[in-house]
Amino acid sequence: MKVLVTVKEVATVDDEFEIDGVGIDDRFLGADLNEWDDYAIEEAVQLGEAGIADEVVTVTIGPEDAEQTIRQGLAKGADRAIRIWDDALAEADLLDVEAKTEILSAVVAEEEPDLVLTGVQADDDGFGATGVALAESIDYSWAAVVNELDLDAEAGVASVHRELEGGLEELVDVDLPAVLTIQTGINEPRYASLRGIRQAQRKELAHLTLEELGLAESVVAGDLTLTSMYEPETESDATIFEGSPEETAGQLAELLREEGVAP
Amino acid sequence: MSDVLVVAEGRNGELREVSFELLTAGRELADAAGGELHVAVITGPVAEYAAELNREGVDAIHTVDAGEEFNHDVYVQAIEGLYDAVEPGYVLAPNSVNGLDYAPAVATALDLAIVTDVVDLELGDALVATREMYGGKVETTVETPTDRTLVTIRGGEWPPAEGEGSATIEAADVEIDEDAISSTVTGYEEVAGGDVDIADADVLVSVGRGIEEEDNLELIFELAEAMDATVSSSRPIVDNGWLPPNRQVGQSGKVVTPEVYIAIGISGAVQHVAGMKGAENIVAINTDPNAPIMDIADYAIHDDLFDVVPALTAKFAD
Ligand SMILES: Cc1cc2nc3c(=O)[nH]c(=O)nc-3n(C[C@H](O)[C@H](O)[C@H](O)COP(=O)(O)OP(=O)(O)OC[C@H]3O[C@@H](n4cnc5c(N)ncnc54)[C@H](O)[C@@H]3O)c2cc1C
Repeated sequence: MKVLVTVKEVATVDDEFEIDGVGIDDRFLGADLNEWDDYAIEEAVQLGEAGIADEVVTVTIGPEDAEQTIRQGLAKGADRAIRIWDDALAEADLLDVEAKTEILSAVVAEEEPDLVLTGVQADDDGFGATGVALAESIDYSWAAVVNELDLDAEAGVASVHRELEGGLEELVDVDLPAVLTIQTGINEPRYASLRGIRQAQRKELAHLTLEELGLAESVVAGDLTLTSMYEPETESDATIFEGSPEETAGQLAELLREEGVAP
Repeated sequence: MSDVLVVAEGRNGELREVSFELLTAGRELADAAGGELHVAVITGPVAEYAAELNREGVDAIHTVDAGEEFNHDVYVQAIEGLYDAVEPGYVLAPNSVNGLDYAPAVATALDLAIVTDVVDLELGDALVATREMYGGKVETTVETPTDRTLVTIRGGEWPPAEGEGSATIEAADVEIDEDAISSTVTGYEEVAGGDVDIADADVLVSVGRGIEEEDNLELIFELAEAMDATVSSSRPIVDNGWLPPNRQVGQSGKVVTPEVYIAIGISGAVQHVAGMKGAENIVAINTDPNAPIMDIADYAIHDDLFDVVPALTAKFAD
């Protein structure tokens, strides 16, 4: 069985930052593997180790800089990686769900995986919709917010737990091929070993343009236009304790005693 | 003129609160679009649900009696059928775990634009949706086509609709094709039981990712002990296996309403806040003065927890 994992390099923002136009000024941005995708990679690699998956392929829409993050996935045990990027993508302010879905659908058509694992959401834009939209677009079954997976490859069924609100889980059987959106906590993502990191350097990391995927540049446009970004007006009316840790702790202790909740 | 179709959400025979908030958001949008507000009620005790949803401002309620509990394949088919019948300009759904299990598929199937986790909507020349990015550090506005858009709304952002309505209630004429259902719900499981019920605590000392390492939790337990308080946490602490699931506060954990909630190294993500915003007094200890937790904090210390927490423990130890 072949497993495709969508992997996003997300932007991280410093505590103090400035906004430039409709984005955060580059000076205040860092990059990281999307937290949810880390769990998706681990789940796929474990399927490989259990002899269920023959091949684990990652796919990333991202610039050359993202290769560092992509190699992390390879170092953790993915077999090869695909990266999609070109000028049209570089110029987009926002890649919406529709655009991502169209691009990833083309990759699925090429790779024909039996199982696609995505993160529940991306840490930065947080749409939380691409996995399920992709499933519908490629006519796969799906389940969103999966925190337990038991795969019966022979029967072609994924038995999963979906994490609902308030500590309730839904148990559901999903026919393969399927897209599952993976929730944090489903496993314990490994750190890449030194050996893994060395091996990752030799694994295939293919770069494809939209044209090579048979897509027009216009897919990038999508339906949504990002029109503004701003720091939300703080609704805070918090009393802020100032001073050294000794002083602030003293003020807080006094308050808690006044409230009658501390000895 | 465009109509609005909102999709209600029930579980276990009860409508979830977001359903009534959707009515408010839907009515506002329908007013701006000069159209009617339609409500879809799919699966569960649909007649009871429909009666409850018949609140002021609702024009029509369509019921689809197709099973007791949620199944996304049924939802997608039902909404597709209703979309064809009602021909709304906009579809509104909850940004819940189940909302995210069907809404993106509906948008794809019907070729609608989709914008999720929306906290405000404004209709002018375009539909302008406000949503957060980067875990609430910034807000953004996105424009979508004025028609053919599906929006999922964040819970707790619109007031629930009230009053009695005079909507028409009808069983919708939609067929569910059983052969096209490729997922089967086989049961439910309650998690997060165990020794401590954090929902019972008067004072919670709650720890987040700012604690960095499992060994550092010792600091938190020392404080809790000195204060005679209970330890709870945000999700990453439980995901890492450092605390059991019954300690998790938030959307997928417990909802708590203690007298005092001390959030230590917790940023205040929406899913966390969902579980603790009802606390009487919220104290935040965080190095980032702009962390979203500050919006709901009553008291705050903008400093390093590794300095503040031991100092605080010492105050109670003497
Ligand atoms: C479907 C779904 C359900 C979810 N359910 C839940 C849920 O039930 N509960 C939940 O909590 N989350 C839940 N989440 C996850 C949520 O989105 C956040 O990822 C999570 O709440 C972040 O936890 P955190 O605040 O501890 O970590 P972070 O967001 O990483 O914040 C850490 C904070 O610590 C501060 N900090 C760092 N170092 C220090 C220091 N030395 N001193 C003081 N402060 C410091 C930082 O400034 C930062 O604000 C859910 C997510 C999804 C998608």
